[in-house]
Amino acid sequence: MPMIELDKVDRVFEVGDEQVRALDQVDLQIEAGEYLSIMGPSGSGKSTLLNLLGLLDRPTAGRYLLDGRDTTRLDDREQALTRGEKIGFVFQAFHLVPRLTAAENVELPMVLAGIAPGLRHSRVAEALASLGLSDRAGHRPDQLSGGQRQRVAIARATIMAPELLLADEPTGNLDTHSGDEVIEVLEQLNASGLTLLVVTHDPQLGVRARRQLKMVDGRIVRDERR
Amino acid sequence: MRASDLLRQSWLALRRAPGRTALLLLAMAIGVAAVVVLTSLGEGARRYVTGEFASLGTNLLIVIPGRSETTGGAPAIFVGQTPRDLTLDDARALQRSYAVRRVAPVVIGSAAVSWGGLEREVPVFGATAELLAVRHWEMGSGRFLPAGDWDRPSSVCVIGEKLRSEIFGNTPALGQWLRVGDRRFRVIGVLGSEGRSIGIDVQDIVILPVTQAMSLFDVPSLFRILVEATSRDSMDAAARFIRSTVAGRHQGEEDITVITQDAVLSTFDRVFGALTMTLAGIAGISLVVAGVLIMNVMLVSVSQRTSEVGLLKAIGAPRRQIVQLFLAEAVLLSMFGALIGLAAGYGGSALIGELYPALPVGPPWWAVVAAVVVAVASGLVFGSLPARRAARLDPVIALAGR
Ligand SMILES: Nc1ncnc2c1ncn2[C@@H]1O[C@H](COP(=O)(O)OP(=O)(O)OP(=O)(O)O)[C@@H](O)[C@H]1O
Ligand SMILES: [Mg+2]
Repeated sequence: MPMIELDKVDRVFEVGDEQVRALDQVDLQIEAGEYLSIMGPSGSGKSTLLNLLGLLDRPTAGRYLLDGRDTTRLDDREQALTRGEKIGFVFQAFHLVPRLTAAENVELPMVLAGIAPGLRHSRVAEALASLGLSDRAGHRPDQLSGGQRQRVAIARATIMAPELLLADEPTGNLDTHSGDEVIEVLEQLNASGLTLLVVTHDPQLGVRARRQLKMVDGRIVRDERR
Repeated sequence: MRASDLLRQSWLALRRAPGRTALLLLAMAIGVAAVVVLTSLGEGARRYVTGEFASLGTNLLIVIPGRSETTGGAPAIFVGQTPRDLTLDDARALQRSYAVRRVAPVVIGSAAVSWGGLEREVPVFGATAELLAVRHWEMGSGRFLPAGDWDRPSSVCVIGEKLRSEIFGNTPALGQWLRVGDRRFRVIGVLGSEGRSIGIDVQDIVILPVTQAMSLFDVPSLFRILVEATSRDSMDAAARFIRSTVAGRHQGEEDITVITQDAVLSTFDRVFGALTMTLAGIAGISLVVAGVLIMNVMLVSVSQRTSEVGLLKAIGAPRRQIVQLFLAEAVLLSMFGALIGLAAGYGGSALIGELYPALPVGPPWWAVVAAVVVAVASGLVFGSLPARRAARLDPVIALAGR
């Protein structure tokens, strides 16, 4: 059974009188542990696909099975629970909470999940250490470099030990050097079993993935494995 | 999410915007402080007035000539024509009941008082020995009017402390002959009590034997008769006895009004209680205003924190948790605001108590509880709109900043 199964998924936005078909009859199957890159021109539906896979959005038509369960039947609470437990997000804009320290940002998903403080602190320390951020634990986001911020965001995305990591242009706001660092971190996570999807405009990053999708006008026009 | 974490997250968010937080705390605090101070003033007035009436004496019935309907409207309506006079004999007749302990007839007038070239116009009470006990007055020095036959009065008087110092200064007053109107009276006592009686400062009066005063003012009738019942339970019996006795002496007509101290007290209690409630209500409106302010400021804050809300949803917060997070902020604000307001309100009412020691200020407990409850409720009610708006945000749009 594939981990992810999209079955003729449409996502149509209504803009005034017009309809924008951001996803058009998308079929896709992803096995646990895969490493995919998604590339394509701007507006081709990459982010829409990722948001849909991450249960931040719902398909207009079609079915999305995650671990064999039809996600369109889940209510808000169940969807949120699934996002918290199974899915991690990494955004281009980092989206760290500005008033919280690096450690508190990483801790946040566990706070929402109601995990005991003692357990939280040891796991945060571990996660920060594995990303080389131990000495930055008490810093707030505005005291960190872009690369460090994205690594904090990755620590946060993985602290609940999800099975799926969705990264939307994770290196888009970074210079080449810190971008490479971030990609290496993501690939290490994939190597340890995490399913990884990376949306990118950078062909050099795109080709590193074992499976490469190309989207145009809401359709997957190429699906290559190497 | 744990309650302690919920509070901590809200606290961190509030601390991040100190100006905004201080403003909202201030608004809430002013509302609560207003309730506390205003109700404590109202309560102070109530306690002051009921205290004054309580000091009239216990188990007291006041007999006034003329029949008035005290139950209906505010102005006393006299039924029939000129009421018959209340006489000393009426008063005497009232003594003959087991329900009555003491009877004190009173006349009131004013007269020029002079001694050694000093002259003053002062209120004059005509009374009997019973008045001292009925009114619970105390003597400063000397003794009160002598007990005995009301019709054979001696030429003696009792004066208030203020009058004593103004007329006699350092000369011992006891034993001096004081001229009141066209007669002379020997001073046999000085009142030690303070306070007012029928609006008259008792430190500034002369008390004469009742028949002396009646002939001095040339009046045949009494101003009123004070009756002390033997116990609280015999008040009703005493009142019935007074009505039937006077009616029997007045050709069957019940042409007097009997006021019990309880009736007066409970009327004032109700009036001032209502006043305090009104003040509380008016001040309470400011709590609602504070709630509206919280709502507006939080709506702004929600739109500023849109991407944060999107992020919270992405990392696993269901709508309910988002609502809780924002509501906790509103409740924290209103609760801390209320605490600050309570402190300020108690401080303010203590200050008023310092400035006007005669006024026994102090907020009633129900006003304090209501202020805090309304403050927190207003935070909850007005915070729920911004909170629900935050919870309804589409995470994709929130995260994209579109
Ligand atoms: N909330 C929305 N309302 C209306 N149209 C939308 C909305 N979100 C996306 N779209 C449209 O859907 C299409 C796909 O958008 P999407 O963001 O998925 O593209 P993308 O491939 O991620 O582009 P980019 O590389 O620029 O990020 C676009 O035409 C976009 O205008
Ligand atoms: Mg995109």
